[in-house]
Amino acid sequence: MVTGTRPDGRPTDDTALEARLREIAGSVPDPELPVLTLAELGVLRAVRLLGPGRVEVELTPTYTGCPAIEAMSADIERLLHEDGVPGVSVVTVLSPAWSTDDISAEGRRKLAEFGIAPPRPHASDGPVPLALSVRCPNCGSTETELLSRFSSTACKALRRCIACREPFDHFKEL
Amino acid sequence: MTATAAEATAAALALGDDALVLSHRLGEWAGHAPVLEEEVALANIALDLLGQARVLLSLAGDEDELAYLREERAFRNLQLVEQPNGDFAHTIARQLYFSVYQRLLYGELATGSGEFAPLAAKAVKEVAYHQDHAEQWTLRLGDGTEESHGRMGRACEALWKFTGEMFQPVPGLDLDWPALEASWLELVADVLERATLTVPSGPRTGAWTAGAGRQGVHTEPFGRMLAEMQHLHRSHPGASW
Repeated sequence: MVTGTRPDGRPTDDTALEARLREIAGSVPDPELPVLTLAELGVLRAVRLLGPGRVEVELTPTYTGCPAIEAMSADIERLLHEDGVPGVSVVTVLSPAWSTDDISAEGRRKLAEFGIAPPRPHASDGPVPLALSVRCPNCGSTETELLSRFSSTACKALRRCIACREPFDHFKEL
Repeated sequence: MTATAAEATAAALALGDDALVLSHRLGEWAGHAPVLEEEVALANIALDLLGQARVLLSLAGDEDELAYLREERAFRNLQLVEQPNGDFAHTIARQLYFSVYQRLLYGELATGSGEFAPLAAKAVKEVAYHQDHAEQWTLRLGDGTEESHGRMGRACEALWKFTGEMFQPVPGLDLDWPALEASWLELVADVLERATLTVPSGPRTGAWTAGAGRQGVHTEPFGRMLAEMQHLHRSHPGASW
């Protein structure tokens, strides 16, 4: 990226500015899992300065039909407008496909704290490792069973803990 | 082989209409599913398919115009996906046949460099869960009670005649269709056998279809489904929340 002076005369470092805008965009909470930020969820792909006051943000959906992407776009636009960027365009990119491995370590910790079992890591080309147990986020037991592959949102499965009997959501591997 | 722009648009319509129409059929279960978990599962699968449909139809034109303002003969979906939900076994048989097909198809498209590759690479991971769902239910119902076994068997028989159309080559998709069909037959037969069901032996296509969905020829229930799906948009053009 270019380092120098913008047309308005304000000396600036575009790379530093991009990094700051990326931090702002990445701080937006996920509309359906508000404990996570978009950066922790791994759906923020890029923030690019197109010109003075014009920024393009690349988002990738967790699931193709994820309805939260529209709310995420609106929230990013609002925050960047508030920071003084008048021209914000949020575009959706599909490739490379998002994977649950894109969720940061901090994101996984917050999910568990929020009562949602985080996804298990998997090799990018390998099968879903169903052999690993899913730990109950309430009591920590690994004795849990699958109730349904689908739950309150597209990205979660519904499980039950055999030890404490509590049902819980599991962020399923994708 | 490079697809022409017209072929690519037609292929996007074919795949997009499959996803859209099946999504709508699954949505019809909302409020009617046998248990709460299934209500949620079918709606989730419908949502995945709707997301795929939106991307695909947007490659072919304006998604809303295509979904809500086309007449029946302009839709290019398979006749299989427009079949009514029937009992739960019919819905599961339709899911099994279609999800195995879609997973194979997207798996192939994902490895290419065509315009469908990014969507296919993403959607194939979602469809893996749809296939697993259909498979688990087929096993549970087929290898269940006498009643569930009978119903699941009848559903698999009833929809078998719509499965030949899936392997009619779609212009614009450069795939080995006979190989796709062989894999499909093998995978479906394996599930049915494990579910203690008989693999249907009847023809998989024939004169009763009077053509095929891919050519815009549809079965009678499709018109009624479209009427319901398009009614609101046609009654209130341009309405928004």
